[in-house]
Amino acid sequence: MMETLASWLEPFQKRRLSLFGLCVLILVILSAAFAPFLSSFDPLAMDPINRLLSPTATHWFGTDHFGRDTFTRIVYGSRMALLIGTGVVGFALLTGVPIGVLSVLFPRVGNLMMRAVDLLMAFPAMLMALGLIVILGQGVTNAILALGVVYLTRTARLTYSVSLRLKAETFVEAGRSMGARTWWIASRHIVPNLVSPLLVQASFVFAFAQLGAASLDFLGLGAPPDIPSWGNMLAESRIYITRAPWLLFFPGMMIVLTAFSLNLVGDALRDRLDPRYRDEQLSKTGKP
Amino acid sequence: MLYNFLTSYTMRRIGSAIITMMSASVIIFAFIHLIPGDPIYVMLGDGATPDQVKDMQIRLGLDKPVYIQYLLWLYQVLQGDLGTSLFFQIPVLSVIADGAETSLLLASITMVWVLLIGIPIGMLAATRQGTLTDQAASGLAMFFASVPTFWVGLYLILFFAAWLGWLPSSGYPSIFGDGGLANLRYLLLPSLALAAPNAALILRLTRASMLDVSRQDYVRTARAKGIRPWQVTVKHIFRNALLAVVAAFGFTLAALISEAVVTETVFALPGVGRLVVQSILRRDYPVIQGVILVTVILYLGINLLVDLINRYLDPRVELE
Repeated sequence: MMETLASWLEPFQKRRLSLFGLCVLILVILSAAFAPFLSSFDPLAMDPINRLLSPTATHWFGTDHFGRDTFTRIVYGSRMALLIGTGVVGFALLTGVPIGVLSVLFPRVGNLMMRAVDLLMAFPAMLMALGLIVILGQGVTNAILALGVVYLTRTARLTYSVSLRLKAETFVEAGRSMGARTWWIASRHIVPNLVSPLLVQASFVFAFAQLGAASLDFLGLGAPPDIPSWGNMLAESRIYITRAPWLLFFPGMMIVLTAFSLNLVGDALRDRLDPRYRDEQLSKTGKP
Repeated sequence: MLYNFLTSYTMRRIGSAIITMMSASVIIFAFIHLIPGDPIYVMLGDGATPDQVKDMQIRLGLDKPVYIQYLLWLYQVLQGDLGTSLFFQIPVLSVIADGAETSLLLASITMVWVLLIGIPIGMLAATRQGTLTDQAASGLAMFFASVPTFWVGLYLILFFAAWLGWLPSSGYPSIFGDGGLANLRYLLLPSLALAAPNAALILRLTRASMLDVSRQDYVRTARAKGIRPWQVTVKHIFRNALLAVVAAFGFTLAALISEAVVTETVFALPGVGRLVVQSILRRDYPVIQGVILVTVILYLGINLLVDLINRYLDPRVELE
């Protein structure tokens, strides 16, 4: 058990920057979990006398145009960030993986399904998300669905190409020649081998979901304005940029740091999981 | 001879693009019907008169089967009739054409930035793999790939427009009007904001594919023959690494179109991206449908061109 954990942490030891990313993500998760304990302010409480304050000892990140504490809103905003990320990744995996695997196992129907996925990829991501928002309406769930459909296509494509390679492997052929049923092949031979590439992909999708959701919020087409999300904070503060430039700095930096950290962790996971990158390490250091 | 031509890569690739476009057109047609509410009122707005409703019923052929409705719509689209904007009360195509200049210029200038920043720095990072230069370039690239364009845009406005007063903060007057080409300065900040994440992606891609190619046997052979290192880098590695970069051009374009929607909104540019957002807020559905259609045609067309160029550069490329 300890050995497994150590082998997972190894790439993070080699890449200090990825270790930083991992720490940031843990901080975001902790602040989402313990939001009420981290600040004595209410994220929604208005205080017009203390509006647009610059950072002070009481208001660490200053206050916005309603006098709401920016630090508190950022802490609560991490809940929204995690919800959107998990929602989009979850939706993309739950739909994309079955489509990809079934397409490989049942090529006749599969070809048709993958054509449909390719077709969806003909629509630029943001345009498709906006089109879906128009059909579904605004709101957090619909933002998750809209972004989820965008990444469904990427996940299905990846699953399909990896499964196709796996299907040609000797161990799958051996299973087949011994009379294994299709669902057995899928659950025992294909799906377990998909975990690594999908884990790496998930970290990147999580990062893109942050940026996509922030864009939707910024356009006023994402989470309702009363929800403290980092994108909403940027949208509300943008007209105060010359008077209170710090108002946009902190929420923006949180989006950047979260997405950046996810990308860093994704890179480190790939080092650990993708044999091509492992070999690269091997040839450089000369030891396994 | 004719048979060979018809089955050639070019013809098959064009054929597949047409099939994709036709299938996409079904989805775009369905868009209006998927919006909650009666499609007639979706197209005409709630203030439609009975006469207008009757006209629209005939135009859309709503009493006929759905596939006839689709064919009617397709026939009108092929004649350049994308319907009428509810807000402007003029043809959708001319509304889109009004925003085309801004958006096309913005995309072109951004692409120049992306290539000028991404490719040279990517090459540099690859040739110095593992050094401090490489780590700094790769780290910065990953940072900028994680930055929302509108956030960069807002701070560019703050520094260069509000504080320094060097460049205009918003809007874009046509280069064909007063001011001429000098009006391009209005697009300088937006294009830089839009270029940031995309240049970062091209940088990473250039670096990765250069490293990939540099492991090939023919590169080792070239080195062993005593060819100068820079010649190996440029002629043997870079030329082949460029293929992957060219192939990703279409992908970059899609990212550009997506992010332009937000960037044009931040800088209040009269482009197609901002038009989409405004049309959503105005419930001007025919315009949204029109923009999606035109963008998908453009996107598929450029992808087709990129594939054909790539095939020309590397005849080994085959259809999937």
